[in-house]
Amino acid sequence: MNEVKEDIRSYVLQEFLPGESPSNLQDDTPLRTSGILSSVATLQLITFLEEHYKIEVEAHETGVENFDSVADIAAFVVRKKEGRS
Amino acid sequence: MTGPAAVLPAYLEQSAARFPKRPAVVDPADGAVSYARLNGMADRFAGYLGSRGIGAGDRVGLLLPKGTVKVAALYGAMKAGAAYVPLDWTAPAARLRAILTDCPMRTVVVHPNCLAALDDLAPAARPQTVVVTGERSGAGAVAWEEAAAHPPLAAGERTTRAEDLAYILYTSGSTGVPKGVMLTHENATSFVEWAGGVFRPTEQDRFSSHAPFYFDLSVLDLYLASRHGACVYLIGDDLGKNPRELARFIAANRLTVWYSAPSILGLMAEFGELAKLDCSALRLALFAGEVFPVKRLRALTKLWPHPRYYNLYGPTETNVCTFAPIPLPVPEGRTDPYPIGAVCDHCEALVLGEEGRPVEPGREGLLHIAGPAVFRGYWNRADESRDRFVERYGKRWYNTGDVVVERGREGFVYLGRRDRMVKRRGYRIELGEIESVLHRHLLVREAAVVARSEPGADVQIIAYVATRPEARPSMIEMKLFTAKHLPTYMSPDRFEFVAELPRTSTAKVDYQTLRRGAGAG
Repeated sequence: MNEVKEDIRSYVLQEFLPGESPSNLQDDTPLRTSGILSSVATLQLITFLEEHYKIEVEAHETGVENFDSVADIAAFVVRKKEGRS
Repeated sequence: MTGPAAVLPAYLEQSAARFPKRPAVVDPADGAVSYARLNGMADRFAGYLGSRGIGAGDRVGLLLPKGTVKVAALYGAMKAGAAYVPLDWTAPAARLRAILTDCPMRTVVVHPNCLAALDDLAPAARPQTVVVTGERSGAGAVAWEEAAAHPPLAAGERTTRAEDLAYILYTSGSTGVPKGVMLTHENATSFVEWAGGVFRPTEQDRFSSHAPFYFDLSVLDLYLASRHGACVYLIGDDLGKNPRELARFIAANRLTVWYSAPSILGLMAEFGELAKLDCSALRLALFAGEVFPVKRLRALTKLWPHPRYYNLYGPTETNVCTFAPIPLPVPEGRTDPYPIGAVCDHCEALVLGEEGRPVEPGREGLLHIAGPAVFRGYWNRADESRDRFVERYGKRWYNTGDVVVERGREGFVYLGRRDRMVKRRGYRIELGEIESVLHRHLLVREAAVVARSEPGADVQIIAYVATRPEARPSMIEMKLFTAKHLPTYMSPDRFEFVAELPRTSTAKVDYQTLRRGAGAG
């Protein structure tokens, strides 16, 4: 779980927050409602998750309710991976 | 059908008489509603408003997600003689409060999740009645179900006139507060009648309603459809941003008329898996609101070769005033954006150069528009309204602020702007409004916001923020701060922290240097 969180955190920092200190991106920092992830950035992140973790993400699964922070997204990825195996 | 209706709700009434059982609205969450039923809902809500003394000269706010209730409420407001004010229910409460304070509403139809925006309003800004959807009537609030069960207005109580305000659309304002564009029934119907002549809709058409109702693209979706008895498919915010789902929605519902900003069309071409879907029912693909990067338009038209494409142009203040059909195929080598085209029949265009003198075709100048579609003014901003008009040849011309050149058969070509307004995903953004929000942050000494666009890419908004080096906020903190005050489409893509902003020799912020990206120090 922690490894997944770190992967997501470094991807978001590198792609969407260049120059930001990693300690500022908390597990619960809102990403969508804050505008850190625009709708296009969200699509880019989903593509990364699908390729990196070999999972299939359905459109209805990526609402703000369960896809708004590093912790939410990591938990989602872990659920997906477990469902597969 | 019979002659043009003078007011927007008459479109609904005429279609309810001609096609009572045909679907007027499809809400994916709720199913289809017929013209007769929608008209009945609107009549009863108008009756409720009338019973509360709400009518001509009043405003009804709409603070709820897109759905059948919202459509019934806006028609009901207009039938009662009032203007509707659609509000962005996803906007931060601070921005909604600024609008509600600028433009007090007699009543607001509100979703329970949005009620917090009505807290903390000054007494003068507080709506007298609050109509809440999906809730029981209670202290200070009436349930929508109850309001929409009221006996309709009697024929004699219906007094809506063509010159009355139909709606007020709030858009970004350069001084830091959004501004309300006031539009009359005649403004809207003159456009709808023009569009009917060009696009020839029928009651068999299925229109998309992709744009939010506070965006003027919704005027075509809602009223061109109801004018001709067609059906409009309501697309909410989540579905509207999801290219893959949206493409499936278009195919599954066999939509025939699509209208949106170019950005989502470009995303559908890229992510929508269009090659796997049957969207052959689509006969018209209309886009407006910003320049369509040619590379993306070419990609889209290869995947969707069947519809006719039109580039529609016009600010909220005039709605569409020029249009250009796009001949297919888009040539492989083409990189120049398509022109905005010829002036619509219901408008007149005039290009004025320096010192306000008309220029000859082939020379650049500011596009001015006259005619029945031109708005009345900005709500509560008489001076700013006056400044946007000039008198020439006995007519009142609206200065769009857009620099154009007229090029023979192509018509008008859009070149850019001289002020600080930019478009992103079709939304208008005044960079000054973002700056004034950043200035409110305690650690920010100064801020300057610029937009950069590279051909074929989206506009990037970059905020330069001057702080003391030892008290520098994080980028995330600035993102969270702006999200509290501005809608997400106005949030800067990047923050650059500097010790001082660059200055020109006259001590003004040197925006040119910042736009070149040379200001980071």
